[in-house]
Amino acid sequence: MPEPTIAEPTIVVDRLVKIYKREAAVDGISFSLAAGTVTALLGANGAGKTTTIATIMGLLTPTSGRVTVLGAEMPWQRHRVLHRMNFESPYVDMPMRLTIRQNLTVFGRLYGVANLTERITQLAHDLELTDLLDRPTGKLSSGQKTRVSLAKSLINEPEVLLLDEPTASLDPDTADWVRGRLERYCRERHATVLLASHNMAEVERLCERVIMMKRGKIEDDDTPARLIARYGRRTLEEVFLDIARGGGEAREAAQ
Amino acid sequence: MSTQSSDPVAFSMRRVSAMVLRYWYLLRSSWPRILDLIYWPAVQMLMWGFLQLYVNQNSSFFTQSAGVFIGSVLLWDILFRGQLGFSISFLEEMYARNMGNIMMSPLRPVEFVCALMIMSLIRLAIGMVPVSLLAIAFFGFNLWDLGLALAAFFLNLILTSWAIGILVAGLLLRNGLGAESLAWTFMFLFLPLTCVYYPVAVLPPFLQTVAWALPPTYVFEGMRALLIHHVFRGNLMVEAFAINVVLFAAAAVAFFLLLASARRQGTLLQTGE
Repeated sequence: MPEPTIAEPTIVVDRLVKIYKREAAVDGISFSLAAGTVTALLGANGAGKTTTIATIMGLLTPTSGRVTVLGAEMPWQRHRVLHRMNFESPYVDMPMRLTIRQNLTVFGRLYGVANLTERITQLAHDLELTDLLDRPTGKLSSGQKTRVSLAKSLINEPEVLLLDEPTASLDPDTADWVRGRLERYCRERHATVLLASHNMAEVERLCERVIMMKRGKIEDDDTPARLIARYGRRTLEEVFLDIARGGGEAREAAQ
Repeated sequence: MSTQSSDPVAFSMRRVSAMVLRYWYLLRSSWPRILDLIYWPAVQMLMWGFLQLYVNQNSSFFTQSAGVFIGSVLLWDILFRGQLGFSISFLEEMYARNMGNIMMSPLRPVEFVCALMIMSLIRLAIGMVPVSLLAIAFFGFNLWDLGLALAAFFLNLILTSWAIGILVAGLLLRNGLGAESLAWTFMFLFLPLTCVYYPVAVLPPFLQTVAWALPPTYVFEGMRALLIHHVFRGNLMVEAFAINVVLFAAAAVAFFLLLASARRQGTLLQTGE
């Protein structure tokens, strides 16, 4: 009988170092993400989250170490897998003068989406954008713009989805609605998701695993429930504050 | 998954056309952008055309070389507007904060460059065709009468403009919008050196060497030979093409080196100032 094969992790970060001038933004971190898992990458500003995500997307060349996504080494082999990935960030805009339909058409073609018209119709229905499709993106509210960015990030039904603060600057109701859509997508498509967020309630709801970063290193890595228990806290936010302010003692105390 | 099965690594005309469509949507949605394509070339052409009329009345030499100023300004605009059309389309992504979406999409850099070259042609056509018709209406100067020579002039000028556009795009990726002024001013270095409005012989000898290293110089000399002496100097066009091939290849190499540097320095993440 053949031995059962162990599925390759979707994302592997191996001893990743990224140095800008003399400062290490990421300092030798390693982790891997299994297919179909939702993981949060947390840390204070400057902890190295954006650098890590940008390296996974192929936007940055590591100083040393390796990053592979779906078996392709980033950034060198990124064109083998970029069509199977996507991302969303409030810090990147869609062209404002183009209508939602035009933007989704352009990105759908860039990602090689088959039956694009149907896909746009389906996404617009799922994300409640149908009545807005022919409105310029710049004339939308911030909540509507977030839904358009989400539509762009799902246009190719990505296997790997990177989300950088997907609900930043949204009101609680819209943020909750966005989380619901993301949950549904991950459940239905078995997508691998890496999420950077400062909203701990969001992380507790969406993520089965949390990687805590501080000054370019991984401080801790576990499920939200186990982290909360280990640090003797009631919420993930309190754990986050312990780690952010603790200067290493928090982890030792937790251990 | 609903992505098409075509090889994602291979060059894709679909992705090129997606970017052309993106810029076309933008142009279509903004009449000031379209007006801007015609406005300045028309103003330039009219100013130089009337100056030429005045000079013709006072100089027998210029009477014989009717149209040389208008021809110069129209060819200069092909060179300048070709590069500007390339660079402005690129800058639109930075102004729109859309570069992250583009760089993290499956679009390959070579496809991006191809889309920008196509947009440079489209923007040139929108600007230059009406202005060339104005030149006929106002001054009886028909650029299209140059025929095959015009095709050779155009090919060489557009290749130079794309080479400069590619280099400027690389500098923008590497240095962000802090390098924006290069997009608007880089080509003006060529204005005195490529002898747009006067023969190369006017330059001091050391600058003549510099001038003959630049492909547009051959085009403007060729245009003067055609309009003044009614001779098409094909050898000049061949030499210009050979230098253009080298220039274009050097610009492409510089672009990829600057892109690699931007990936190392993290400047693709910070495309602001």
